Amino acid sequence: MTTHACDTCAVHAELERMGVTLDRFDRVVALAGNPNTGKSTLFNALTGLRQHTGNWPGKTVTRAEGGFEFAKVRYKLVDLPGTYSLLSASTDEEVARDFLLFGGPDATIVVTDATALERNLNLVLQVLEITDRVVVAVNLMDEARRKGIEVDLRSLARDLGVPAVGIVARTGEGLHALLDAVDGVASGRIPTRPLRVEGTPDFRRAVQDLVPLIEQAAPGVPNARWLAIRLLDGDAQVEEALVSGRLAEVVAAQQRSAARFSRKIALEGAQ
Amino acid sequence: MTTADPAYAAIRRAADLRRELSSSFRDEAVRSIYAEASRIAARAVRTEGGRRLDFDQRIDRLVTSPVFGLPIMAALLAVVFWLTIAGANVPSAMLADLLFWVGDRGADLFTAVGLPWWVTGFVWQGVYRGLAWVVSVMLPPMAIFFPLFTILEDLGYLPRVAFNLDFLFRRAGAHGKQALTMAMGFGCNAAGVIATRVIDSPRERLIAILTNNFVPCNGRFPTLIMLATIFVGASFPAAFASVAAAGAVVAIVGVGVVFTLAVSWALSRSVLRGEASAFTLELPPYRRPGILRILYTSLIDRTLFVLWRACLTAAPAGAVIWVLGNISFGGSTLDRQVAGFLDPFGRALGLDGVILLAYIIAIPANEIVVPTMLMVYMGTGQMTDVAGFDELRRVLVDEHGWTLLTAVNLMLFSLLHNPCATTILTIYKETMSARWAAFGALMPLGIAVAVTFAVATLWPF
Repeated sequence: MTTHACDTCAVHAELERMGVTLDRFDRVVALAGNPNTGKSTLFNALTGLRQHTGNWPGKTVTRAEGGFEFAKVRYKLVDLPGTYSLLSASTDEEVARDFLLFGGPDATIVVTDATALERNLNLVLQVLEITDRVVVAVNLMDEARRKGIEVDLRSLARDLGVPAVGIVARTGEGLHALLDAVDGVASGRIPTRPLRVEGTPDFRRAVQDLVPLIEQAAPGVPNARWLAIRLLDGDAQVEEALVSGRLAEVVAAQQRSAARFSRKIALEGAQ
Repeated sequence: MTTADPAYAAIRRAADLRRELSSSFRDEAVRSIYAEASRIAARAVRTEGGRRLDFDQRIDRLVTSPVFGLPIMAALLAVVFWLTIAGANVPSAMLADLLFWVGDRGADLFTAVGLPWWVTGFVWQGVYRGLAWVVSVMLPPMAIFFPLFTILEDLGYLPRVAFNLDFLFRRAGAHGKQALTMAMGFGCNAAGVIATRVIDSPRERLIAILTNNFVPCNGRFPTLIMLATIFVGASFPAAFASVAAAGAVVAIVGVGVVFTLAVSWALSRSVLRGEASAFTLELPPYRRPGILRILYTSLIDRTLFVLWRACLTAAPAGAVIWVLGNISFGGSTLDRQVAGFLDPFGRALGLDGVILLAYIIAIPANEIVVPTMLMVYMGTGQMTDVAGFDELRRVLVDEHGWTLLTAVNLMLFSLLHNPCATTILTIYKETMSARWAAFGALMPLGIAVAVTFAVATLWPF
């Protein structure tokens, strides 16, 4: 690992395990979304030529990552595979889910299609179960306007409990507002309280029963509820992550990372 | 690891709780997410002029409706078959006339030049006749069927088929996308097996691979269409003959789909136990089919490709039949002896020895079953041309004692028996397992034998 002036290097061991190199970057942002929502267009618009593609370690799924700078903070943007959900066990969904779970990105942008918002919200809700640092980018606003569809972003943000920003990735409309929201969520300036779908009473009771046990097994996990749901589903990978202690390590690393970064900001006045 | 003990406690508790929850809690969890998404979207999205459905959505309401979806699908399939059957009959006969005429002239030429009889026989009555049969029987139906099928595909209809059939596959414990790979199987089972890569769960993918054979590929369609035309169609007045024949082909496809579901169900409750996984299927907007693209895909990519493959296997098969038909051993030719040996077994299945021999020779490619059968029946020594379906019916019924039972069982056997060598090889490549490939070949064969035996036994009642 390189040891030059990089405060966050030491704490991103888990990210490196997933093939993300972090030298010269302050924050990691994940880009999630359904297929055909303009996710790649947004990725290109944000990173321009500062990107490279490869494979996820040990997988045949291609991964693109790139860099950009906003408000003097250097971001690494990781393009996750386009998926409709994080529930079933396709390789694409597994890669996206693992990155959100173990990669611990500082923020996650979920790209949605304004003309098919209902379908896209399914993924948003599932991402919100795993991480609370989420910004919803409502793309294709121009197409929606043309079709006479109006999206009330304030209502959306209020219901979801995270910022929702309307954009047109093709023309760059709304990108500044999007990055401002990403900065706010990553730094904690914008507090989020993500919506968590409750389910049936029996289900809710079972989840509540499990949450304390999970918090005991992996102290400080931000998504104990989601882990409980996965355990109920008999998800072998989550079981493994819990038993091996990989989850606990990730949590500890993230907490160190957050502390270092805020110290760095205090010292350098990056914001 | 210090975290191991609480972790195991959590996992054990989860397993206990899972047993207490109702068995449908997975579906309920997915459903509550969808309900929440729908609620949020309803609050945040306003469409001008209320909820105006666009044209696509109106069509989708109809073709994916729980009531009309499946009948519309069956009707579309019937129309495609009807156009194929009604349109292919005349060109098939003309093509056969032409190619056999060429064959006769070629044989004359060889004789005139003074080549020995066995060279002439081997080339023109063996290899060439095999090729001529395959081209004249297969080319016209394929040249009609493939463009029609490609139009449906290009329109965006196939994902709707998957949507309509999803609930059936899910109930069988298989993946909804299996409906798509099944549709690919109509083109070619080997292609259908490769198409199962869209299914992510290994268990469900294996089910889709092993059952793909139960939809007739285009190599078997000519057999089915021919039998439906000369046996089912012919028992109706001429005006309805092609409609009845198309109906019979739809019925046999229906039987294939039933077997696909039944075997999927049996597999997912025995060797490949498990639950159906959830997936999201995007119904793409309908598109105006591109004429040039359709012609290219269906004629070059599919028709010529399949025809070429059939020719490659038909030529050696023609040679084998000619050799078998011209080597005499103890007073009768070798093919008669093999057929005679297989005959009792064939009769038990409502077929006969020649049909079984044809199936064995046709393992490399199902396309050549009928040509092989006819060549053995007619003896390769005599240069009988069978031009057109009427003539064919006369030969089979009058000279070789075929009945409706023979035709029905041959259709069933053709539908259910083992896949061709290419498909078996593809199964091996996709599963990387000789055992699954063997299972994929022997399981359908066993079912075919069992079903035809049952039908033959119960037929008199």
